[in-house]
This record gives sequence, C-alpha cells and structure tokens, in this order.
Amino acid sequence: MNKKNKNNFTNDQLLKFYEKMFLIRKFEEKAAQLYGAGKIGGFCHLYIGQEAVVIGILSSINSEDTVITAYRDHGHILARGVDPKLVMAELTGRKDGISKGKGGSMHMFSKANRFYGGHGIVGAQVPIGVGIGFAHKYRNEKKISRVYLGDGAMSNGQVFEAFNLASLWELPVLFIIENNKYGMGTSIGRSAAGGELYERATVFGIKGEKVDGMNFFNVSESAIRAREYIEKNSKPYIIEMDTYRFRGHSMSDPGLYRTKDEVNKMKEIDPVLMMKETLLNDYKIQEDMIKDIESDIKKQIKDVEKFSLESPLPDLKELYTEVYL
Amino acid sequence: MKILLPALSPTMETGNLVKWLVKEGDSVVSGDILAEIETDKATMELESPDDGKVEKILVKEGTENISVNTEIALLKVDGEEIEEIPEKPIEKSPQVSSNESEPLSSDVNISVNSLLNQTKENSGGMNWSEKEISMREALNQAIEEEMKLDKDVFLLGEEVAEYDGAYKVTQGLLDKFGSKRVLDTPISEHGFTGLAIGAAMAGLKPICEFMTFNFSMQAIDQIVNSAAKSLYMSGGEINVPIVFRGPNGAAARVGAQHSQCFISWFSHIPGLIVIAPSNARDAKGLLKSSIRNPNPVVFLEHELLYKEKTNVPEENDFLIPIGKGNLIKEGKDVTIIGFSMTVQRILNALPSIEKLGISPDIIDLRSIKPLDEELIYNSVKKTNRVVIVEDGFGSTSFGSHLSYLIQSNCFDFLDSEIIKVSGKDVPMPYAENLEKLALPNTDEIVSAVKKVSYIN
Repeated sequence: MNKKNKNNFTNDQLLKFYEKMFLIRKFEEKAAQLYGAGKIGGFCHLYIGQEAVVIGILSSINSEDTVITAYRDHGHILARGVDPKLVMAELTGRKDGISKGKGGSMHMFSKANRFYGGHGIVGAQVPIGVGIGFAHKYRNEKKISRVYLGDGAMSNGQVFEAFNLASLWELPVLFIIENNKYGMGTSIGRSAAGGELYERATVFGIKGEKVDGMNFFNVSESAIRAREYIEKNSKPYIIEMDTYRFRGHSMSDPGLYRTKDEVNKMKEIDPVLMMKETLLNDYKIQEDMIKDIESDIKKQIKDVEKFSLESPLPDLKELYTEVYL
Repeated sequence: MKILLPALSPTMETGNLVKWLVKEGDSVVSGDILAEIETDKATMELESPDDGKVEKILVKEGTENISVNTEIALLKVDGEEIEEIPEKPIEKSPQVSSNESEPLSSDVNISVNSLLNQTKENSGGMNWSEKEISMREALNQAIEEEMKLDKDVFLLGEEVAEYDGAYKVTQGLLDKFGSKRVLDTPISEHGFTGLAIGAAMAGLKPICEFMTFNFSMQAIDQIVNSAAKSLYMSGGEINVPIVFRGPNGAAARVGAQHSQCFISWFSHIPGLIVIAPSNARDAKGLLKSSIRNPNPVVFLEHELLYKEKTNVPEENDFLIPIGKGNLIKEGKDVTIIGFSMTVQRILNALPSIEKLGISPDIIDLRSIKPLDEELIYNSVKKTNRVVIVEDGFGSTSFGSHLSYLIQSNCFDFLDSEIIKVSGKDVPMPYAENLEKLALPNTDEIVSAVKKVSYIN
C-alpha cells in the first residue's frame, strides 16, 4: 500500500474525501436494504467496493470539469455533490427524485453539478463523453471531460471509435476504466483478448497507465498526473483502475460466477477501511474525528431514507411531459 | 470512335462541359484527359478511351445541361474508319420499358414549384426576394445562414469539408467557416454520432450529416437511446439540440443496402422530430427551423430531389414551422397524402387522375413527427376518401399508422377503405426494371384513387 501523501492534501481535505467514501458506502448499503424491502425497483447496480476510484478522481477535479458514466452511477453523482436525498428519491421513483422519478437508478443527471449521467447502454456514454470534451475545446473552456467506463465496455466497438476521435481531434478527455473484473457475470479473462485493457487505447496514441483502484492515494496521484498531462498537451489520457465490486452486478445477481473466497479476499483490501486505517495510522488523525464523521453520515442516511419514502409518487401528468422541449 | 457524355454518378442525367483540354487534330493516348465535365456532384475529368487523333469537337466548352450519352467529340482511332456524323441526336440507351418509364419532375406537366407558387402560405407572405434554386443549394443556404447567426452551430460528417460534400450540399462551407466548425469525420458513424450528441448535451448545436441514412443504422442506438430519450429520463435536465440529416430512400440503382426509406423507423420513436421535405423551399425553411429547435431532429432528404428547383426566399428570417403540412393542391374528391419523393410521384399521377374527372386534395406532410393532423382530418372530412403514398416498405409502416389515425379520427366521414401505396416488401433490387417495380408508381397511385372512388 502506498501511504505517502504526494498530493499534499491537508488532514481536513483527507477527512472530506473519507467522508465522501463513507457516504457512498452507507448510501449504497441503504439502497440495498430498500431494494430488498421492495421500495426500489428495476435494476440497481451498487458501487460498494469501488469508492476509492470515484473519490480519488474527485480529488483531482476542477469544479468545472464534467463527468459522465454508465449505469453504476450512484457513487458518481454523490461524488459530484448532488444531494443524496434527491438521488435516493430517484431510486424510490418519487416526485422529488433528481430525474423526477422518470429516470431511475441508471439515469440521473445534474447540469449544475456538471454530471451528464447515468447511461444504460454499455459503451454509449464514451462517445458522448468525448463529445462533451469536444464542446469544452470548441468553447476554449479549460475543462476536462471525465469519462468512466467498465471493463465490459472495453470490448464495445463504439469505444474504439471514440478513442480514435478523441486522439485525432486532441480533445481534453480523461478515460477511466473501472476494471472490476466482471462484465456482469463474464470474467475479463473470458471476454477480453490480449494484454492490459488500457493498452487498447494506446494504439490510438492515447497515453495511459494502470493503477491500484482500491487505494485512494494511488488513484489520486494518477488522476492528478493525468490532469497535468491533459492540460499541458491538450490530448486525452486513460487510466485503468484495478478495482472490485463487493456486491453482485445488480441486486438480482446470484453471483455464481465467482467464489465467496475470492470476494472475501478482496474485502481484505476494502478501500473505505484502508483509507480509514491510513488516516489513523499514518496521518495520526484522532479516531474521534472519524467517528463523528461516520455518525453524522449514518444520521444523514436516515434522513435520506425518510425523505425518499415520504416524497410522493410523480403526478400522473408527468407521463407526457419532457418528451419534447 | 464517338466520345459520348458519360454518366459519372448514379443520378446524373445531364452534365456541363466546363472545358476542353484538347483541340481538333491533337493526338492522344488512352487515359489522356480530354475535358472537364461538371456532374450533379462534382467536376470530373473525361479520359480518352483509346489511342488516336481528335477528329472533331461537337459540343463547345461552356455548354450546359448536355444529356448523358450525347456525342461530344469524334476520335480517329488508328485502323478505324471515321463514322459519319449523324444528323439526328443519338438515341438514348435502350430503356427497359420506355412506355412505362416514370418521368422525373423535370419533364412533368405539373411541378411542385408551380403549385407552391399558388398556395396561400406563399402568396400572402412577406415581401421577400426569392430566387429559383435547387434543393442542394437551399440546404446549403440554410446551414450557412444558421452558422452565421449562431456560433454554437457546427457541422460534422463524412466528406462534408475538404471533399465539399458527397452530394455537394455542404459545398464551400469549409472555406467560409473553417475546420473548427466544419469537420470531416472518419467513417465512424457510431462514434461521431455519439460525439455529436455529447456536444449537444453540453450546449452546442451540431448538424450531423449521414452520407446516406442507410449508414445511420450504425448509430441507431445513439439516436434512439441517447438523443431521443435523454430529456425525458433526466426529468427535463438534459436536452439534445441536434439535427441528423442526409439523403434517405432510394436514389437510382444503388442496390439494397443503399436504398431504404427510414421514415417508419425514426417516426416510431418518442423524443425525435422527423422531417421529410419535398422541395427546395420547404427544405430551406424547415432545415433552419430544425437547427433552431431544442430537440433532436431527423431531417430526411432525398437524393433525387437535390437538383430540383423552386423559388426560395433569401432571407435569414425565412422559417417554415415544424409540424405544419402543406395542402399543395386543393380539390374535393379524394385526399392523397405524400411526403418527400412521393409528392413527386403523386404529381406524376395527377394528369391521369384528373382525366378521370377526379379532383384531389394533395397534402405534402413535410413534418412526419409531429404530424399536422388537423390539416389531414379537415381534408378527409371534405373528400371522404384517402390514398397514402410512401416509399418505405409497407409492412408495419408509417402509412399504416397514418391510416389508423385517420380511421380513428374520421371514421364517420369515410366512404371507402383507406389505401396505402407503399414500397414493396423486398430488399431494393439493382436491375432498373425491378427497382422501378419495387417503388410506388403512377399506375398504382391511379388505381388506388380509382378504387377509393369506386371507379372500375
């Protein structure tokens, strides 16, 4: 484990990042519970186990940067600072949901927080994210489009078209592969030929690297390196995050494709617990401070749950609104 | 040896002799450039087919609208007797069924232009200066005007920039706006369509050209799942102001994979606007409205209409509202509904229909989605009879839905079944006679009108 803080974050900043990771963990645990209780329907893909990726990347983001991802998006929209109440109310399909209950778990967006979804078709968010990067360049904005994709998407044709366009037109895009080893139930070894996934982008002239995605500090360093590269060279960059999801692909996944031993072994490097241990042991942050944060989050999640269940169902007239502007 | 004006594109009927690069008496070898010929798509070089001497130049340079297969020069090939110059023009290449051949609009008695000039919409309008231009010029003007007005508008697609547009629609735009706003893409529809949609989500207004809509199938997921649905599934947060445009439908003998009408496909999707203009004037006014519209618009052109001319206002403010059809001919006995190329097919059938003593209402829908239902129902309530003409396959087609809507809204007014004349349910054949048979033709339209009118 890399315990050095090369990024010179203050203890306060580090606590903020920990708070966000813990928030995502507790939010997702609550979502799982509500799904089990029948309060959340449809597909529900949890982010548990991958928190260090999104928060490590967040540590390098300028507030104006844009973010887009696929359907495992709860952690991403929370990291972007959207009120968890609105996110949970979307999962419960209520009027106060961030998409007014019309999107669901996979389709959440916030222009104000520069989060562009929330896309349900594997790979489709990648050319769209490149297009957002195109808009940044077109308008001479000093922004980077951050495009998340899974290991599954790395075998999807449009992703390669998007790599080609991003490199050809020198667009400010950071591709982040969240390689959690399984595209639904098919392991990476059974779906992807050849070497490392990120190397599939390097043939288009995109520089990149592979990083331990379970460790906040490693992710953060890599993300800052990537940002500096993109800003300096006006070219895209790719990072492959070695990560793991502790839960199933979705809530309805029986998980027969991997062993309990494998999952338990990965839980030994739980990114949230590792971050906490690093803060306690290496940064000598008082345990009370961390406990206070955790109990605040737990309290907040109770409010989030209450809000998401008390918010009314959408008005029936909403069926026909927002088909066209 | 006779040098004939060659057909240099699938849709070329005439060409202009821009320049002779040889003079009478010159010796040439096979492959030497004899002349520059301007086609409907580009300026091309005409090569000598053999070794020999230029005996006679028959068509002066600068001559325009020379029919394909016209003799333009004589070449004395070694060991070959020079032929007599025929007094009559050379006969056209053998037509498979010349009696039944469908005239294109240029030879037809009733043109869209003459009807447009009579419609209320155009007679009572502004005092705009108008010019007769082709649909390709009209589309080009629309794009240029809107790009001048709004710097967020940009154009991307295959060969739109340096090649000047595969169909010359985007000719000259690169020079006017530069490579930042007029972008040649790789042959990568799925990727560049997704990119354009992302740029639109971030606030730009892309015009995404498909060289033909056949290629849009590579990107259908992005159009349907990303462009059409984002506004709804984001609860109104993300709109996608984009125009997808390009030629749709069957051009001329380009085979099954390049000849399909996608109107039924796109009009099936909530969240998409679908436009299909039949003439230059509508094309300009509707494309300008489409570029300004905050929703994704699928703008379906037709290659065979690109060269057709009508009077078109030259004004920035000339807009035709989306969702408004046009009653291009007012009658009383039957309502005939078409759009895009089928308007021309209906007009081709009009003389035969009028000979039967039948005076039809002819509706050019222009907008497929949203549909001008009021215009349609008002006409049907007057005529009580309906014929729908569409180029697309008849099976689960837009025309089927339209006939459902009409029976549902005008049931008590109908005096006959509704007949739709559709493209046949076969992949488009290549052979000239079979292609003609696969598309709606005059006889079928006349028969349909007779049937709904109970005329044997």
